Amino acid sequence: MSDLMSFSEIDGSGAVLVAAQRRVAMMTLKADLSNKATRTALKKVLGSAVPAPRKIVKGVAWMAPDELLVMVPEGTTPEDLVNQLHTEIKAPILAVDVSDARAVMTLKGNAAREVLAKGAPVDLSAEAFAQGDFRRTRLGQVAVAFWMEADDEITLVCFASLKQFMFDWLVNAAQKGSLPAYLNR
Amino acid sequence: MSFRLPNAGCLIDRSNPVSFTFNGKPVQGYKGDTLASALMAADQRMLGRSFKYHRPRGLVASGGEEPNALMNMGEGARFEPNQRATTTEVFDGLTARSQNHWPSLNFDIGALNNRLARFFPAGFYYKTFMKPQWAWKHLFEPIIRNSAGLGQVPTERDVDRYEYFYAYTDILIIGGGVAGLEAALESGRSGAKVLLLEQSPHFGGRFMVDDIEVDGRDGPAHIAHLLAEIAKLPNVTLRARTQGAGVFDHGYALGYERLTDHAPAATPRHRLWRIRAKRIITATGALERTLNFAGNDIPGVMLASAVRDYIRLYGVTSGARTVVVTNNDDAYRTALTLYAAGLEVPAIIDARPNGGGEMSDQARALGIRIETGHGVAKVIGKKHVTAVEVCLQSGTGGAVESIACDCVAISGGFSPVVHLWSHCGGKLNWDEENAMFSPDPSRPPTDQNGEGFVLAAGTASGALGTNACISTAVTAAHQAADEVGRSIKEEAAPRLTQTPDETPMAPIWTMPAQAPYKLRSKTWLDFQNDVKVSDVQLAAREGYESVEHTKRYTTLGMATDQGKLSNINGLAVLAGALDAEIPQVGTTTFRPPYTPISLGSIAGEASGPLFKPTRKTAIDGWHKSHGAIFEPVADWRRAYAYIQAGETTQDAITREILATRGAVGLFDASTLGKIIVKGPDAGKFLDLLYTNMMSTLKPGKCRYGLMCNENGFLMDDGVVARLDEDTFLCHTTTGGSDRIHAHMEEWLQTEWWDLEVFTANLTEQFTQIVVAGPNARKVLEALGGTDVSREALPFMGFIDGKLAGIQARIFRISFSGELSYEIAVPASQGLLLWNLLLQAGADFGIAPYGTEALHVMRGEKGFVVVGDESDGTVTPHDLGMSWAVSKKKEDFIGKRGMQRSFLMAAGRKQLVGLRTLSDTEKLPESAHAVEGGKAIGHVTSTYFSPTLGHPIAMALINGGQSRMGEVLDFPVGSKVHKARVVDLVFYDKEGAQQDV
Repeated sequence: MSDLMSFSEIDGSGAVLVAAQRRVAMMTLKADLSNKATRTALKKVLGSAVPAPRKIVKGVAWMAPDELLVMVPEGTTPEDLVNQLHTEIKAPILAVDVSDARAVMTLKGNAAREVLAKGAPVDLSAEAFAQGDFRRTRLGQVAVAFWMEADDEITLVCFASLKQFMFDWLVNAAQKGSLPAYLNR
Repeated sequence: MSFRLPNAGCLIDRSNPVSFTFNGKPVQGYKGDTLASALMAADQRMLGRSFKYHRPRGLVASGGEEPNALMNMGEGARFEPNQRATTTEVFDGLTARSQNHWPSLNFDIGALNNRLARFFPAGFYYKTFMKPQWAWKHLFEPIIRNSAGLGQVPTERDVDRYEYFYAYTDILIIGGGVAGLEAALESGRSGAKVLLLEQSPHFGGRFMVDDIEVDGRDGPAHIAHLLAEIAKLPNVTLRARTQGAGVFDHGYALGYERLTDHAPAATPRHRLWRIRAKRIITATGALERTLNFAGNDIPGVMLASAVRDYIRLYGVTSGARTVVVTNNDDAYRTALTLYAAGLEVPAIIDARPNGGGEMSDQARALGIRIETGHGVAKVIGKKHVTAVEVCLQSGTGGAVESIACDCVAISGGFSPVVHLWSHCGGKLNWDEENAMFSPDPSRPPTDQNGEGFVLAAGTASGALGTNACISTAVTAAHQAADEVGRSIKEEAAPRLTQTPDETPMAPIWTMPAQAPYKLRSKTWLDFQNDVKVSDVQLAAREGYESVEHTKRYTTLGMATDQGKLSNINGLAVLAGALDAEIPQVGTTTFRPPYTPISLGSIAGEASGPLFKPTRKTAIDGWHKSHGAIFEPVADWRRAYAYIQAGETTQDAITREILATRGAVGLFDASTLGKIIVKGPDAGKFLDLLYTNMMSTLKPGKCRYGLMCNENGFLMDDGVVARLDEDTFLCHTTTGGSDRIHAHMEEWLQTEWWDLEVFTANLTEQFTQIVVAGPNARKVLEALGGTDVSREALPFMGFIDGKLAGIQARIFRISFSGELSYEIAVPASQGLLLWNLLLQAGADFGIAPYGTEALHVMRGEKGFVVVGDESDGTVTPHDLGMSWAVSKKKEDFIGKRGMQRSFLMAAGRKQLVGLRTLSDTEKLPESAHAVEGGKAIGHVTSTYFSPTLGHPIAMALINGGQSRMGEVLDFPVGSKVHKARVVDLVFYDKEGAQQDV
């Protein structure tokens, strides 16, 4: 889990800890991901192979057949990464910084899966959703993407304009005594 | 009288009394009681009045099928009407009131309807309220509205919380009776993930009531055994108080969990389970049917199985002296149960000429009188049963004897609960022997692969005997496990059951068989809707052959119980009247939910502050703390105006406009859509999307563009900036950002997949701030960092640079008509830049302005707003924007649509300006222009212009462009506003102000 200082808001009143992170550096890459040369170049720049559909590998998440969401590693900037990608990949791509377009939330606690299952039409059982899995879906009425950071921790990304709404939604869903105890029996 | 028995009732805890009120009167029950059983113990037999005739009504059933005992439950913000007493668990402080009577349950004025019943047959409304025409609105409808409905409407906002839960499972089992539990245990052993839902608080179904022996255990002991075995399986989940409410396509099912109805708490009240299952087993049991004889609705006449339930489960009896009336063997269980409880059974009236099997012998041996081949002519009693008149079943109802009693236990056979099987298209067979519809396993509901995904088990499958019930459950479990890719390795030994031999039931649809009209018109089919045998027969005579039409004509099977007790009897009577076979008449459609579920559960958490997501810009907090009032624009909230102390909203708007036109204004435009379109074919793509040419735009320049749909109607507009040879930034309207991005992707993915173009929606990545007004340049120069002079950054250009050290893209575009810069910075820097601009602008008279000031200023300039001036039926030509529609381009979306003769016709509505003849009188919003008694157009925008000192408006008027100078009438109410057609541009037509 990230350092406490990296959170702008934390609520620990419920069954899980809900925290809104400060700015997280990330970029969107759109490219023909089936292009072999592009895949090789991507591996070189990102340090890992292009993830399979609905997977996240080392901070690189599959968003669509032609789209990746890349968490920008510490020590580099979205700008640098965009430049590197443009240098290495010969085919046309679109690589842009989206750090400010996104809000990032952390759900910490054993019940994190159940809190999310109150709004996301996703099988969140441990068998079906584990570290390395990634879903681009919705939570309640909000478009989100999320993945397991650890066995008891989920990271969730939504649009920045909905940061407060999403935080409030999660705090409401996490209220004590309101968990179905279906996924964690 | 009804009363509590000593030493009976396996569900109640006599050491735990509970107090509640009924119609304001305190009543005591025990923990585990339902409201129905507790009221029965208190000898409260009348529980409501019927819908149409206001007849006294009492309990009929013991479960969710109960048609009569509907209550106004709770108070204030927790008030809810039409709650079934049979499924409500009592708790301390519960308040319930009976429904549909005035002034009181005991004495009800509306009961007059009962005396006049022969004037209110089926279709009464349709026949009576036809003439005179005025009377419907002013007389009939008000009276009907006043008297219609059962419960009261809540007056306060619901204070409870609700939520959803998305659950995934291999096998979903609906029903926690013996069939469901056996299926859960058996399929659970395969390792499949199993979820079982049971609507009541306890498991076991009829096994908790009936004397059944399985593997040497009695019913409750066998259920306890099954529960203990299931508890060992971590892959099986049981949920009580959770109804399988509906089955839908693709293995989707709804579960309705009632968390706090039995014990109020702050946690969510109801949880709606949204379940995806690979296979669904419906083990929903069967419902007993009523028998159709005169007076069968009088309190004290109950289903035989319910009479037994109340004794065994809750230790209460509905009478001291019960006559059992039946057409099958099951009701003998009730007689034996009554006898064992020490209660009198003066007679069993069995309509079958030869009576029943083993249990009838037992009853006879106990000395209980059995009259075979007999029926009930009518029930004697007003507010409760006092006697039955017995007659020959084959006759016309000539009574042979009157038997005094205070309860009549009736059984007309059983109907499997096929609702969930049928919700998604499962088909039924008519089972002649048992006179019931049961699921046809060869025609199940099918999934996306064309395979059946619902299996029926137990009595719900039509297997009425205990042996068959259990074996069908085991078979269904095996099939389901197999189909979800699990195999059951070890075959469990078949259960050994002990049940008495039974004689087949006899279908009895009217009692006696030759009942005359006088009896039939007092014989109820549908208790909740007051539909009688005579009503259905009347409908048939009047030509209603379809069961669906008969349902709507007579109201049979409508309302909150959806005919759970009445459907089969009703359609059998209809079949009889039509001289048709029952399967030919068929059933009405079974639709989810199985019983009504709360609206709160459907809304889930989406109420109060979580009702709808509200998107907020990075500067939203500043707006809020500086007097902003907001308006919703798409999902965003935008500052409408900033109200200062002592100001009205109009004052604030006027001040903001004058400050901007006179000095400099500041505006948060972050909500405008910002879509990057990049690739070698980007220019080509945009030429296809926009009506005007974009590929000729030079890098560093901006161009205003229009987008139309295929019909040629305007759908969005905005400024496009060319960032480099391959890259464009398309601004959209606030409401268009997501929609237009989806529009682009749809065309790219489905039609122009050969274009090498990528798009990304960067709307939220940037804060965009407008600095507009004669002093705008001075403010930016005060911040410093980038040359924003006319030479370096001309009108309709943009430049990347730093402002006060912040990386920014500065556009020279103007929606206000003033010298205007739009500055885009990463959203994390947005608030900082806003504050820096305010500081730097202080000396130059800077003032933030809201969306209304923006709208007025663009109105002064004659700029259109998509959604105000356009409404989905307006082309660019209609708006006088033919200059933005390319004639050179070979194709673009909407080109051919626009060329259709109607859209090219002269005399279409065209956008014009309007100047009221009076300088003080603003045209009302959307006012219609009327000429010669015909509407010729309407106002699209109307404002008071503080800049000009008079009202201005825009309107779409038939042939508007050729009407310059004409004065038009705009009648609103009794007043006629007059306005002259003028040019659209009221302010600075040459554009001198913005190009400096």
